[in-house]
Amino acid sequence: MINNESIVEEVVGQFGQKVFGFEEPFGLLTFTTNASDLVEVVGFLKNHAEFKFAFLTDLAGIHFPDNIGGELCSVCMLHSWENNIRVRIKVFVPISDPKVPTLTTLFASANWQERETFDFYGIEYTGHPNLKRILNMEDMDYFPMRKEYPLEDATREDKIDALFGR
Amino acid sequence: MAENTLILPKDSNDALALNVPMVEDKQYSTLNLGPVHPATHGIFQNILTMDGEKIVDSEQTVGYIHRAFEKIAERRPFYQITTLTDRLNYCSSPINNFGWHMTVEKLLGVKVPKRAEYIRVIMMELARISDHLICNSILGVDTGAYSGFLYVMQEREKIYEIYEEVCGARLTTNMGRIGGMERDLSPTAIAKIRDLVFNSFPKVWAEFETLFNRNKIFRDRIQNVGGISSARAMEYGFTGPNLRATGVDYDVRVIEPYSSYEDFDFEIPIGHKGDTFDRFMVRNGEVWESLKIIQQAIENLPEGPYYADDDQYYLPPKKEVYSSMEALIYHFKIVMGEIDAPVGEVYHAVEGGNGELGFYLISDGGRTPFRLHFRRPSFIYYQAYPEMCKGLTISDAVVIMSSLNVIAGELDA
Repeated sequence: MINNESIVEEVVGQFGQKVFGFEEPFGLLTFTTNASDLVEVVGFLKNHAEFKFAFLTDLAGIHFPDNIGGELCSVCMLHSWENNIRVRIKVFVPISDPKVPTLTTLFASANWQERETFDFYGIEYTGHPNLKRILNMEDMDYFPMRKEYPLEDATREDKIDALFGR
Repeated sequence: MAENTLILPKDSNDALALNVPMVEDKQYSTLNLGPVHPATHGIFQNILTMDGEKIVDSEQTVGYIHRAFEKIAERRPFYQITTLTDRLNYCSSPINNFGWHMTVEKLLGVKVPKRAEYIRVIMMELARISDHLICNSILGVDTGAYSGFLYVMQEREKIYEIYEEVCGARLTTNMGRIGGMERDLSPTAIAKIRDLVFNSFPKVWAEFETLFNRNKIFRDRIQNVGGISSARAMEYGFTGPNLRATGVDYDVRVIEPYSSYEDFDFEIPIGHKGDTFDRFMVRNGEVWESLKIIQQAIENLPEGPYYADDDQYYLPPKKEVYSSMEALIYHFKIVMGEIDAPVGEVYHAVEGGNGELGFYLISDGGRTPFRLHFRRPSFIYYQAYPEMCKGLTISDAVVIMSSLNVIAGELDA
């Protein structure tokens, strides 16, 4: 029977200190790895004889402005259809040098999803075959989903945050 | 450079076999299929590199209707995000709405009563029918058979009338609330659903199938066109009918049942070649299965409340708002979005019209999501399109695009 514990055991046994930050929000195993080890960890899970995490469900970026040294997060979610279990793997990189190795070598579907994450967060996926903006226009010079870009016009006076509990 | 051999095995299962090598000093013509082209059914561009009539390469430009939903969502209270999800796959909005509600309910730990879940199942399956109905009949239009489309359109109209009866809107439904439904199914709605699923729709759909399924002209156009192997489809992140057409029976309704789907008896239709015809047939089959589910749900509709007993998140009844202080306070707090959600990180997936529609929500304990990511099936599988239409003609490219059911709203978010 494959469950979160057996995955943790196997992954820690294989990678030791390279994987950390294990948690299970709503039963979904989540852990963190270093950018340099990401491809190795994901490839291990994908090619594992029992786990068979052969499906990349989702790939997204997150911006944590307060997490100094690891402001940007690239999170990918794998799904093992045979065992019906999901796992989420996070990589934190500094905003000054946001480089994460690409997963396109393992999953063809990572291509556009990484382009989307690059488009909105500026995470550079090293080794990506065609890393350019996908949803925004190409001459845009900033990464709009980062938290420093407010959604609403900051000069507006008719919307006082305090009145709206913000 | 490899020799320029045009091997075009039309009956090949593996799209990779259709790879036509590009030759350096040869002149190719470029053709823009889109952004506004009748075949795209939405706004996105395919830049095709053509060698005569054969497509040797193509590149996609998407994002023409990008509306920054993920950014907008970071400033909106949870219940206001439902209206954003309407506009993802606008052919089946209720599925998106309920998918979002279920995500938030998972975060809040709200238990929805059975009746609400059954009503949701009915509405979601109606949405799936209307989604597949449009996709398949449009495939007919793209191959030159207009009458089927016009014929089934009147049934979609009936489905939209049911939406109207349930929530007041037709296309962008904003149906349901966090914690249940906004109102119970009215007797009129039940009568309309019963009439649709027991009387009118099965006849119409059977006739639609007799028009198309064994139609030689239609089948010659779509059979063995745009095939993809199951392994390749998995690589490309296919889900939903497009994946099932390749022979993989992955369905979120079965593998991770939500909203009481485990109560219903239905099958997952699968194809085996993953070509346009299989996609068409899988959708046809799913319409029948959806009908079966609705029939079971409406026959066994449980009695009881249609919303969760959770006054923190579910709007109190209007009558009480006008008469009791507490209800008024909660009404105000909910409408102003002043209720904080717990801290958490949650992923919830539903089986949308096109596949696994996922909501990845991170809440930092505030009134709005810290981060919300939509896993949009169209966006993910559309990147396989160049590979699927390589070596084929434009008319094939059009039917492949049509049968993939790429919805611009979902593509761009």
